[in-house]
Amino acid sequence: MSVLVVVECDGGEVKKSSLEVASYGSQVAQLLGTSATAIAVGEATEANLAKLGEQGIAKVLYDNEPRLKDFVNGAYTKLIAAAAQQEDAKVIVLANSNIGAAVGSRLSVRLQASLATNVVELPKTEGGSFTVKRGAFSGKAFADMKLEGERKIIAVKKNSIEALHEAGKTAEVVSFSAQLTDADFADAPKQVVMQDQAGGILLPEADKVVSGGRGMKGPENWNLIEDLAKALGAATACSKPVSDVDWRPHHEHVGQTGITVSPNLYIACGISGAIQHLAGVNSSKVIVVINKDPEAPFFKAADYGIVGDVFDVLPKLTQAVKELS
Amino acid sequence: MKFLVCISNVPDTTTKITFTPDNKEFNKAGVQFVINPWDEYALTRAIELKEAQGGGTVTVLNVGEADTEPNIRKALAIGADDAIRVNAFPKDAFFVAQQIANIAKDGGYDVILMGKESIDYNGFQVHGMVGELLGIPTVAPAMKLDMSGNTATLEREIEGGKEIVEVSTPFVASCQQPMCEPRIPNMRGIMTARTKPLKVVEPVGEGARTEVASYALPPAKQGVKLIPAESAGELIKLLRNEAKVI
Repeated sequence: MSVLVVVECDGGEVKKSSLEVASYGSQVAQLLGTSATAIAVGEATEANLAKLGEQGIAKVLYDNEPRLKDFVNGAYTKLIAAAAQQEDAKVIVLANSNIGAAVGSRLSVRLQASLATNVVELPKTEGGSFTVKRGAFSGKAFADMKLEGERKIIAVKKNSIEALHEAGKTAEVVSFSAQLTDADFADAPKQVVMQDQAGGILLPEADKVVSGGRGMKGPENWNLIEDLAKALGAATACSKPVSDVDWRPHHEHVGQTGITVSPNLYIACGISGAIQHLAGVNSSKVIVVINKDPEAPFFKAADYGIVGDVFDVLPKLTQAVKELS
Repeated sequence: MKFLVCISNVPDTTTKITFTPDNKEFNKAGVQFVINPWDEYALTRAIELKEAQGGGTVTVLNVGEADTEPNIRKALAIGADDAIRVNAFPKDAFFVAQQIANIAKDGGYDVILMGKESIDYNGFQVHGMVGELLGIPTVAPAMKLDMSGNTATLEREIEGGKEIVEVSTPFVASCQQPMCEPRIPNMRGIMTARTKPLKVVEPVGEGARTEVASYALPPAKQGVKLIPAESAGELIKLLRNEAKVI
């Protein structure tokens, strides 16, 4: 038996969230007294895959089929299921990403496995049970969930597990094929369109986020948000009213019906802090709120706050960050 | 074309979440339940596509006990033609997926739509399980859905971008914004919803594969440390030296 880790790659690199997934998987393997094998999907280089040894991975399987560079739900599912069979995987760990959730849910049926998504901690295995802590109620609560059956699939929430870095350790990279056929590529993309990223930081992967609300008064003022984000190496985000009126694109909307983020630092500028917005950000490690209204509910959920005008405060913050380095 | 839209009955987004004293269940007392906001995209888009095709049906499906019926009627008022309720507490994602797959198989539906996830359970699982149980493609999460004959063109969100995907019916898609502007019921819809068929069936299949042992609320914040606006730069020093996040 073993633990199988699904590693997502992009442009040759292993995604940050997948380094966390690999670290989670190798620690589960240790808990169960076995080893962790990874199966890589997306565009990867052998050198970068070998570096997964630093996260405690012993072996990495990789299929060099060109059509697997883009996400295809059918083909990815078959590939990972074949790897799970070959490695006799009892636990499969993947990222709680759009790819991970789409593949994990299909895999759970195919492999007759129990599935927990949105997992934030290592499992507890006392007394023969297998329990994981996961986020529920859109960030407003956690649930301890018992997974039944011989096989388990765990989708790990981004930025909730510290990635291991054991310098110098390398994993063995082994080529792998699942004999995929054209039928497995029924949902292959006709076209892939990537967003323009200011500074190249993706919101779902970011460990720092600068977010703006209606208090920014209009899209023309977003340079203040972008300047601070750029200085910090942060991604930009917004509240629901802002994306509803198209000041910012939908993929930046953070909240209960947008995306949930859990960065190390979340800076909210001119956002009052409606309960739906808080749900999307309250697992952030440090929350900073800048708002001219001292009664804004967001201050109750914040670690640091400035009661003041965002147009006055933001340039000062950007300047202070620049002076740091 | 036959559309099947799966809806979940969830606490309103403004709900303050609390649990029963043993922390095993969500405390429903005084809570208003709504159609899961993500499912509203699936429902409205199915109705729009049916209207554009000038025929077909939209069936709404819920796995829940009798107290979910007001929201099923609401879905009928928004424009679904008929409804099915599987009379069972939705124990976990796999349990729900089996019910949906069973109804879908017997009903011969062409397009099975649902929201990306439910805002209470946040599983983001049911779509893939249904697709796998039926052996048909799943596109999740979909931001756009257009139909031309039996071919659907969808935009699937991936981290940092989107994929344009074409699939043939039957297929499953889980929906999210900006797919459409969710509709609200009008008076005529509310009147006609009362007499639209709502069939109640009993659950099938195996039980659940997971069980919630207990719920907990996130730890409360220690209280906010305020920095005067005049010395805003101090904040950056605190973030580096005290919080150690930059």
